[in-house]
Amino acid sequence: MTDPILDVRGISKSFGGLRASNDISLDLRPGEIHALIGPNGAGKSTLIKQITGGLVPDSGSVHFDGQDVSRLSTAARARLGMGRTFQISSLAMDYTVLQNTVLGALGHRGDTFRFFNHVMTDADLVASAQSALRQVGLEEFYNLRTADLSHGQRRQLEVAVALTLEPKAFLMDEPMAGLGAEGSRRLVGFLDTLRQKTPILLVEHDMDAVFALADRISVLVYGEIIATGSAGEIRSNPMVRSAYLGEGDAA
Amino acid sequence: MKKETLLNVALMTLLLAVPIAAWIADEPFTITLATRVVVFAIAGVGLNFALGFGGLVSFGHAVFFGVGGYAMGILAYHAQTYTSLLEWPFVIEGTKSMPVIWLVAIIVSGLAALAIGTLSLRTTGVYFIMITLAFGQMFYYFAISWPAYGGEDGLSIYVRNGFPGLNTMDPIQFFAICYVLLLIILFGVHRAAHSSFGLMLRAARQNEERVQAIGHIPYRLYLTAFVISGAITGLSGALFADLNRFVSPTMLSWQTSGEIMIFVILGGVGRVFGPVAGAALFILLEHTLGGLSEFWQIYLGAILLGVVLFARGGLYGLLAGREVAHD
Amino acid sequence: MSLILLAEQTLNGLQFGVMLFLMAAGLTLIFGVMGLINLAHGSLYMIGAFAAAATAAATGSFVLALGASLGAAAIAGVLIEVTIIRRLYDRDHLDQVLATFALILIFSEGTRWVFGSFPLFLDTPDYLSGTTSLPFGVQYSLYRLTLIFIGLLVAAGLFWMIAKTRIGIRIRAGENDREMIGALGVDISRLYTLVFALGAALAGLAGALIGAIQSVQVGMGEPVLILAFVVIVIGGIGSIKGALVGAILVGLTDTLGGFLLPRLFALFLDPSQATSVGSSLASMAIYILMAGVLLFRPKGLFGDA
Repeated sequence: MTDPILDVRGISKSFGGLRASNDISLDLRPGEIHALIGPNGAGKSTLIKQITGGLVPDSGSVHFDGQDVSRLSTAARARLGMGRTFQISSLAMDYTVLQNTVLGALGHRGDTFRFFNHVMTDADLVASAQSALRQVGLEEFYNLRTADLSHGQRRQLEVAVALTLEPKAFLMDEPMAGLGAEGSRRLVGFLDTLRQKTPILLVEHDMDAVFALADRISVLVYGEIIATGSAGEIRSNPMVRSAYLGEGDAA
Repeated sequence: MKKETLLNVALMTLLLAVPIAAWIADEPFTITLATRVVVFAIAGVGLNFALGFGGLVSFGHAVFFGVGGYAMGILAYHAQTYTSLLEWPFVIEGTKSMPVIWLVAIIVSGLAALAIGTLSLRTTGVYFIMITLAFGQMFYYFAISWPAYGGEDGLSIYVRNGFPGLNTMDPIQFFAICYVLLLIILFGVHRAAHSSFGLMLRAARQNEERVQAIGHIPYRLYLTAFVISGAITGLSGALFADLNRFVSPTMLSWQTSGEIMIFVILGGVGRVFGPVAGAALFILLEHTLGGLSEFWQIYLGAILLGVVLFARGGLYGLLAGREVAHD
Repeated sequence: MSLILLAEQTLNGLQFGVMLFLMAAGLTLIFGVMGLINLAHGSLYMIGAFAAAATAAATGSFVLALGASLGAAAIAGVLIEVTIIRRLYDRDHLDQVLATFALILIFSEGTRWVFGSFPLFLDTPDYLSGTTSLPFGVQYSLYRLTLIFIGLLVAAGLFWMIAKTRIGIRIRAGENDREMIGALGVDISRLYTLVFALGAALAGLAGALIGAIQSVQVGMGEPVLILAFVVIVIGGIGSIKGALVGAILVGLTDTLGGFLLPRLFALFLDPSQATSVGSSLASMAIYILMAGVLLFRPKGLFGDA
């Protein structure tokens, strides 16, 4: 039993009288896809923010790759290998697909403060970028402006940029959202192969994808984890059925 | 060749050809006009580095323009009055050597940008705009009230400063000095725009969250850009003061900050050569419209309004289309 | 240094402060509700002053002049809001700054074209001239005292309006969520025009009131505008309370600084040095105050944390 790469212990956060996160604990182990599901308003975004560094929890801690990162900024956690994709695509819209990806590779390599090199012809960065684009299937579109991409293509680009960071773990916030049947199928296939290299904490609403991919599932309702287990265990858990899946209907 | 590159070359060629023609025709006034274009262009290139690349709306860039000007004024003043600038703890004499003055102007305005930027960049959005305006006013009022260097009346430098091997009083030679400086700066800015720093800075302008997600801190990028920007504009201030052989608090005023902004906007924000076009357009308007009416700034305002509302990309936007991604 | 002189300077600082409040309140409302930074606010101040001066010269009535200042500024405000400003709400701050800067150019040169370059004069009315006796033997200008009174009255009125009226509720809601109040059926354009006109009227009033003690000339508005920005940075954007506190702080710092600093330096420097060092430092005092606030509260004293 290897140590988890991401270890969230007892995270709690209140906004005034509202308890958005209530003593949440979960972990992410190497080689797995751990899905986080829950109804709207359950507090998934708040939890993600506390894990990636955008929000400071009232209590509890976040451990990543053996380190306590609770006090570190978003940028610092990214440098430690915490990769993420955003629910609403967060890319440099004026840049081309290649520029965004090279940006990621540059961010990973870290030598930002160079003023006279020609970055877009830097062999290592471009190679890393093109490799990432190939993995998500966007390599033909390298010269398109990001603003001109379709919604699904922007999702793919987000994943590609995250790949250039060679992260130790992925936090993906609803990557399936807005993708059609074909796009979802492809992304599911891709994530399936990705898990071996990089474990994924997958926040999702798309139940087909979740049950197809997840090794473990955690269910978040009203700021609390009410169950964690395998797909089979969760599907048959009565609390989960009533709180989320609904009596008799799978999503 | 890309349209933008064509326009760049055409612009720089015209900017060289006009004063040469004027020199041949013995019209020093036109040479001086061209020199003003070059100096304003440098000021605008400076602002554009922070504004166009970094998205930092600094409405106080006149500070650096004025600081550079006063660096020149103070050094030259002490040289022409044969007094020292500082006696203790060590002696600093004045100087009338352009290279030394430029170096001092660049360093001092860079330091001013570091001080102002460190404080101002902790804020965002509107606060930043207001704060840069406010600091501009601070320097302006200080210059007016500090009596040693002319206060409100300004400081006159009787003889143009010297450059080894050249007769700087000759309009065409002074123009050449400024033009070469502009070329060097444009080359540097162009390289920087395509560099690692440039890629990261321009990304921060578009999406700070994205830059953080790849592990970098926008504040550091912005501060660096702001310092470089201030230093470039500072150099233009020293040149401007040398051109007019006069420096006054007006160089620090909010109106001057606004004018530098106009150079950038008219040409096209974010385009490396944009401010050259913008400065040329501005001088052209000042000269032609100003000849027609004392109240020409009404038309300038109307044109500016039109550009902002309908032709946001400035001249480059109109002629060279949307910015092509760098390859 | 007499205490009476100190008291008088403090009152001057207060008077300066409440007049700044009139400018800052309008600016902060406009930014809070519409998200717009308006550089042309100084022009509205100037228009109010010119309207008052012209009306006073024509009719001899100060009250009519004040009415004219409110009216002219409000009308100018509505005019530019409907034609130009409303196109800027969705634009980024750079565009707003540039467009409103263009308006400054147009208004300033336009005013110079109509009225010429020489300052106009607006006299304080006879019934407000002279001094009045205050407690502790202080004699203070009746007019300036009236300004303080008017300023505080306006402040009270604004607080009441924001807290207790329907318009006030809409303003507060608009500050929080622009899309939402549109969805709730509030006529956004009218609300925005109203807020802009209100801000403009306040600026025009300030221009007229100050115009009577300083001169009425082109370009009088911009230094006040920038001071109002300092007030807002200190007080926090969108907060009327912050605007009042910030304005009084700025007014007192500037006036008392100019009064006390040269005297302070005279304690250990010779008189001429003390005056020059003291007044130079005094001219920077409010910006140093602003810088100080920024170090600890980048969003201002009452801005969102």
